[in-house]
Amino acid sequence: MADDNWVTVAKRSAINPGDVLGVTIGEREFALYNLDGEIHATDNLCTHAYALLSQGWLDGEVIECPLHGGRFDIKTGKALCPPVTEDLKTYKVRVVGDDVQIQPG
Amino acid sequence: MNETTRHIVIVGAGHAGGVAAATLRQTGFAGAITLIGSEAHPPHERPPLSKELLAGAIPVEKTYLRPAAFYSDNNIDFHPGETATAIDRTAQRITLASGGAIPYDNLLLTTGARARRLSLPGADHKRVLYLRDITDSLALREHLNTGVRVAVIGAGFIGLEAAAAARKRGATVTVLEVQREPLQRVCPPEIGEFMAALHRRNGVDLRTAISITAIVEADGALALRTADGSAVTADIVLAGIGAQPNVELAQAAGLAVDNGVVTDEFGRTSDPHIFAAGDVTRHFNPLLGRKVRLEAWQNAQNQAIAVAKIMAGGNQPYAEVPWFWSDQYDVNLQIAGAPEHWGQLIWRGGPNDKTFTVFAVHDGVPIAAITMNNGRDMRPARELITRRRPVDPTRLADFAVKLQDLAKEVGRG
Repeated sequence: MADDNWVTVAKRSAINPGDVLGVTIGEREFALYNLDGEIHATDNLCTHAYALLSQGWLDGEVIECPLHGGRFDIKTGKALCPPVTEDLKTYKVRVVGDDVQIQPG
Repeated sequence: MNETTRHIVIVGAGHAGGVAAATLRQTGFAGAITLIGSEAHPPHERPPLSKELLAGAIPVEKTYLRPAAFYSDNNIDFHPGETATAIDRTAQRITLASGGAIPYDNLLLTTGARARRLSLPGADHKRVLYLRDITDSLALREHLNTGVRVAVIGAGFIGLEAAAAARKRGATVTVLEVQREPLQRVCPPEIGEFMAALHRRNGVDLRTAISITAIVEADGALALRTADGSAVTADIVLAGIGAQPNVELAQAAGLAVDNGVVTDEFGRTSDPHIFAAGDVTRHFNPLLGRKVRLEAWQNAQNQAIAVAKIMAGGNQPYAEVPWFWSDQYDVNLQIAGAPEHWGQLIWRGGPNDKTFTVFAVHDGVPIAAITMNNGRDMRPARELITRRRPVDPTRLADFAVKLQDLAKEVGRG
C-alpha cells in the first residue's frame, strides 16, 4: 500500500487508555480506541441503526452501542450479539509522532 | 431432544416469533419448526416503523431481522400471510384461516399486540390512521408531505415519534394529548415537559389536557372537535393511543389471560405444552416481583430468546430490568425500569443540559433511570437497578463520581 493512503485522523495524546474517540473525516465517521496503549480504528456508525459507537460503552475489547446495546469486537469488527448482525469495518492504524493515521480505503 | 418436543409451532411472525425460531435453531433444536404470521413480510423489528421507515430514510428490507431466505435455509417452515384461527389443546393442533390444521408438540404464542382503536364519532373515517405494522407505516408515509396537516391523537412514544417523522417530511403537525404532559405512562412529568419543549422547538403545535369528542369531515378536511369547544383542522389523523395484546386465540382456547397471556418467568402459560413471549405476554418479572406486560424491543428480543431456550430444554428464567428507547429529532431517550410511581428523582445534570441522566429512588434504592442523549450511562444505570441495593444519593447526584464506579461499589457491597 502506498504511503499516501495514510490519513491523519487524530492526536495520539487525545485518546486516553480505555477511551474511545469519534472523528469525522470528510463525510465519514471513524471511532478510535485506546486498548491498553494500542490504538484501533473502526467505523463509528453502528451497523444496525444510526448511532455513534464513540458515545457507547467500552468494555474491554468490546464496544457496546449506546442506542440499542449491540456489541462489536473492536479488533475484528465482529458483531457479537443481537440486534447487530452485520460486522463492523475495521481499519489499519499507525502512530507517527503524535499523529494517529488510518487507511480509510 | 425428547419425543415431546419434535415439532414446535410458533404463532406470530413478528419480532418475538422470528427471534424464537432463530434461537431454537442456534440452540441446536433439531425438531421441526413451523412459523406462522399474518403479515406478508418476514419477521422484522418494529422501532424503525415510527422512525426511519416512516421518515423514508430506509427501505423496508432494512427492518427485517434476517433475509427471507434465512428461514428456508435453516429448515424453518415459514408461512407468511397465514393466520391461526383456533387452538385445539386436546388434539394439540392449530387450525388455519386458509383451511387445514397443523399439529404441535409444543406451541409458542408470539401474537403481539395491535393498535388500540379510537372510539368516538367519526373515528371510522378512512383518513384516521394507526401505526403498528409495516403496512401502516408505508400508508401513513404516503400522506406525510410538505404542508399536509397532520393531527396526532396521543403523545406517547408512537405519537411523538410519528410527529417527529412528519416534521422531518415537512408536514404541519398538531399533537393532542389528554394528559397534562406527554409520555405520562412511562416518564415522570419533568421528562414529559422536556419532550413537549423539544417538539414545540421543532414546530409542533402540542396541546395537552385536551380531549377529542368527534371527528367530522368538512370541505374535504377533517375537523377534530374538542371537549373545551375548540377545533383542530387536519388532512389526516393519526391515533397513537396505545396497544392491546392479541389474546383472542389464547382466550378462546381457555388459557389464563389477564391483560395479556399470563406466563411465569419461563414463558409458560397455564397449559404445559403452550408458551408465550413478546408483547402479548403478561409475564412474571423476578427482579420487579410482579407481572408486567411490555411493548418494547427488548422484551420482544430477549424474552423470545429466553423462552426459546426453555423450549429447547434450558432452565434460565427471563429476568431483566425493562428497557425502552425512543429517538425523536436529535434526541435519544432511554428508560430503564418500569416503576408504578416515580417517587424521588435524583438528577445528574438537568433539562437545561444537552445530556443528562435521572434516577428514580425508593428508600434509597434506584428503581429506574432515564438518560437523555446519554446512552453511555444506561449500562451502569441498569446494573445499579439490577442490584436492588441502596446507593448514597449525594454520590449518585455527583458528576465527579462515575456511574460505572458506583455500580462496582454497590456490586461489592
